[in-house]
Amino acid sequence: MGTAGIIFSDGRFSQVDELVRKRTEASIPFGGRYRLIDFALSNMVNADITQVAVIARRNYQSLMDHIGSGKDWDLSRRHGGITVFPPFGNYKSGNIYDNPIEALQGIIGFITKCPEENLILTECDSVNVINYEDVISQHEDNNADMTIIYRECEVKDLYAEHLVVETDDFGRVTSAGLVNETKGVQKVGVNALVIKRKLLQSLLYEAAAKGANSLEQEIIINNVSSLRIFGYNYTGAYLRINSLENYFANNMALLDEQVRKDLLETVPIYTKVRDSAPTKYGKNAKVENSFIADGCVVEGTVINSILFRGVKVGKDTVIKNCILMQDTMVLEKVQLNCVVTDKNVTIRDHQELSGCSKLPYYVAKNMMI
Amino acid sequence: MQKNKKCLAMLLAGGQGSRLLALTTKVAKPAVSFGGKYRIIDFPLSNCTNSKIDTVGVLTQYQPLILNDYIGNGAPWDLDRNYGGVHILPPYQAKDKSAWYLGTANAIYQNIDFIKNYNPEHVIILSGDHIYKMDYADMLDTHIDRNADCTIATLEVSYEEASRFGIMNTDKDMRIVEFEEKPKVPKNNQASMGIYIFKTDKLIKYLEEDNAVEDSAHDFGKNIIPNMLDNNELMVAYPFKGYWKDVGTIESLWIANMDLLGEQPNFDLYNPYWKIHSRISGVTPQFIGPNSLIENSIISGGSKVHGRVVNSVIGSNVVIEEGAVVENSVIFNNVVIKKGAVVNYVILDEDVVVGVNAKVGEKDATSKGITVIGRGYEVADNAIIGKGLNIEKEVK
Repeated sequence: MGTAGIIFSDGRFSQVDELVRKRTEASIPFGGRYRLIDFALSNMVNADITQVAVIARRNYQSLMDHIGSGKDWDLSRRHGGITVFPPFGNYKSGNIYDNPIEALQGIIGFITKCPEENLILTECDSVNVINYEDVISQHEDNNADMTIIYRECEVKDLYAEHLVVETDDFGRVTSAGLVNETKGVQKVGVNALVIKRKLLQSLLYEAAAKGANSLEQEIIINNVSSLRIFGYNYTGAYLRINSLENYFANNMALLDEQVRKDLLETVPIYTKVRDSAPTKYGKNAKVENSFIADGCVVEGTVINSILFRGVKVGKDTVIKNCILMQDTMVLEKVQLNCVVTDKNVTIRDHQELSGCSKLPYYVAKNMMI
Repeated sequence: MQKNKKCLAMLLAGGQGSRLLALTTKVAKPAVSFGGKYRIIDFPLSNCTNSKIDTVGVLTQYQPLILNDYIGNGAPWDLDRNYGGVHILPPYQAKDKSAWYLGTANAIYQNIDFIKNYNPEHVIILSGDHIYKMDYADMLDTHIDRNADCTIATLEVSYEEASRFGIMNTDKDMRIVEFEEKPKVPKNNQASMGIYIFKTDKLIKYLEEDNAVEDSAHDFGKNIIPNMLDNNELMVAYPFKGYWKDVGTIESLWIANMDLLGEQPNFDLYNPYWKIHSRISGVTPQFIGPNSLIENSIISGGSKVHGRVVNSVIGSNVVIEEGAVVENSVIFNNVVIKKGAVVNYVILDEDVVVGVNAKVGEKDATSKGITVIGRGYEVADNAIIGKGLNIEKEVK
């Protein structure tokens, strides 16, 4: 009975190089107060999944800091709860894993011991509100060994390793392959699947024996004819984050009321609580069409922008089309257009910075300009 | 085996706060919203945790449900502890008698066993209706340094105001020599803030003695403090400097909210070294619409502003629709102000709905003419509600 979750924090599919220099993909900030992993975690918690493993590989300090005890997701439990697994290296060579099969083998203890019948495996390369309760009930109704969550979309702009499936009238997967062999609109995996725990356990032992390294190939594609693999068509909100360009665009998408409703207001999305004061607007503040987190102090002008927690905007400063991450300080008489500032950036008086929506100007964490 | 507590806090949160009119019809005063996302009790609770006091008894009596739910296990204030933490202490039934809390002193008296259970050296008595940031640890240091039996926090008030407070007359060493409750002609302007630290054994002794006196009001200010003075106990004043506001009236609650506004606000919530914690989760950032106008205001998470907000304090998940105007007002959580509605000099309690083009309050009102709309009330479209009124749902 029951389902546990496994989250890969170290994106294989997205290459937002700038944002993951000092953090995992899972801890990329998004939408004013969230991190990408909040969506995966909240989806699990909203489906009453209370046993979650997060696999970390590198640069996972920000991830550990964000998750803490897991209390903010109600995952600080006496039984189960959340566990972050740092890499499990080979004691002789000191190497850490570099493919998802080895990553899962590294937490084989968790997979073997956890009492749940099913496991969800998911990446953090998108923002979505997958209803796992629904996925699991379909998985069980189908008596499936595995259920692949997919959405129908154009395959262009996707990395070659993305999974593509075909299904029959009953939703059973009849063939599976990788994106690079296909064109047009396809059923593309969203890098989330449900699998019977004991099955995964035995597949991992087989894969280890063979020295296999592709999760898609070894666990899914090779087993299409021998296992009961079903598809689950996810039609809800979905924003894939795999470049700085679409990171920018998908944050800006939150300025649309419908997107906000679909992603943030249909089910609760939990995140680390920071106990910021409410946001304060000064006498000469001017704010239009912006999404602003708690703890900001706005004295200047903010238009079409996303402000994370604790951002300060000084007097006579104009911020347009910007994403300013946590604790960014923009002092006085500054002009910013299409700029993404990472955490804790300071922009001093009289600076002018500008990018464009295709190529936003990115300012790295802790920089002072 | 557990380590004894150095100081335990007892937080008086049972008062009705009837002068807050509709705002306290359904909730106890400490659970009334303040400063957008906060509730009044967040201030003493945050002060406790910031002062390293990790065991707090919260004495509840009047309308406790929302307050109980809000405090929960105390986690937002880091007061969910293995030993200690926050405890709700309602009146209870005993073998021979059951009684409501009859006064501040009686409320503590009825929980002497709770205090003894933790066996603290000192007990600090706090009120759940004050807005301030105070380091109780510093006050405790003074109390211990002076080897005082009781230390009372005092605040300098103007001589005009002094006759509304309990006034402490002290000698040059800050030893209290006389206490006057609301004196007509004050000799001094050091007012009691209602914050006391007692040596535990003295506190218990005087509570027990007071309990035996039948016609006592069982009140700290009226009975316990004067009795201790009469017996020549060492009582010391601890002068507090900083912002402190008793938000017991609509006017003072409104003023305290307005004190948060401005570039150099009278009361600053943005100090990272003395955070005020509150229970809130699952709110999104706020959305400020394309045709909005916001001036000199504070707005909390989850709110959606499409109208005009000037000199106001806005709670969480508030919706202000296009063309709506909010000025000089305090809006609690989950309020909806519909298109074209105008509110000025009002306090809107949680879940209030102001209908399309309705008009509440008047722009020439002042802090003395605040209109209060009670929890969940729906102001009809086009309705006009004048200044200084108190409107609420009929309570069954």
